[in-house]
Amino acid sequence: MTGEQITFLAVALFTLGSGFMVVTSGNLVHAALWLVSTLFGVAVTYAVLDASFLAVVQVVVYIGAIAILFIFAVMLTRKDMRDQGPQMNKNWWFGALLAVLTFAGLFFLLQGWDGMSRTAAVYPSNFDAVSELGNALTSPAGYVLPFEVASVLLVAALVGAVYVAFNRK
Amino acid sequence: MVPLSWYLIFAAALFSIGLFGVLSRRNAVAILLGIELMLNSVNINLAAFWRYGKDVTVMTGQVFAIIVFAVAAAEVAVGLALVISVYRRRNTVVADEINMMKW
Repeated sequence: MTGEQITFLAVALFTLGSGFMVVTSGNLVHAALWLVSTLFGVAVTYAVLDASFLAVVQVVVYIGAIAILFIFAVMLTRKDMRDQGPQMNKNWWFGALLAVLTFAGLFFLLQGWDGMSRTAAVYPSNFDAVSELGNALTSPAGYVLPFEVASVLLVAALVGAVYVAFNRK
Repeated sequence: MVPLSWYLIFAAALFSIGLFGVLSRRNAVAILLGIELMLNSVNINLAAFWRYGKDVTVMTGQVFAIIVFAVAAAEVAVGLALVISVYRRRNTVVADEINMMKW
């Protein structure tokens, strides 16, 4: 066990535990706060993977915007769900079974793949991943077209969200 | 060094937790929380395949992850707007009771 492996296991257990609390917590505000801690664990995983830009974007976009949006939505739709019976629907056992089967299926599928025990190549010491990512996102030889399509999608979705949620009196 | 399999199994477990949340929660906002967990587990896979690929200077995995970020932001904005709109009209956020389009 090296230090990196212990770090990874601690982060993974923390993330999975908070993720489990997200889907089982009875109070939705608590579920949204557990989501913040899950997202933070995923950000640490990106940092362990040397994807520094993704780690920062995860904190800024997911924790800073999406999780706060969830907390606002919970507060805007707040009729205390705890008073209206169970949080799970009556087929929750079927969902649990399907989730366990999905995990088992993925696990067995991955067991049979020979790239599983692969270890990472040594990270080049003079390699600037952030500027390389910027080049890849903006150069015509790279991914400028998917990047622009994603930005158009985001604008369309936000305009649609404002239109749908607008309160016409 | 952490082998690739640990990341993939971690992401599969997080995906299954999110799937359970989507399939069994009654509250529409909680279903969207489960979808967020699933999208995050996919992003872990993309970042892990970028790092463990043959050439770390090829940024395809990270670019894909950033586009998934954008799609997730769009999805959650539209989804929560729909939930708030339904709550205004029907005064409920329970997925079983949202049946206006059910024939």
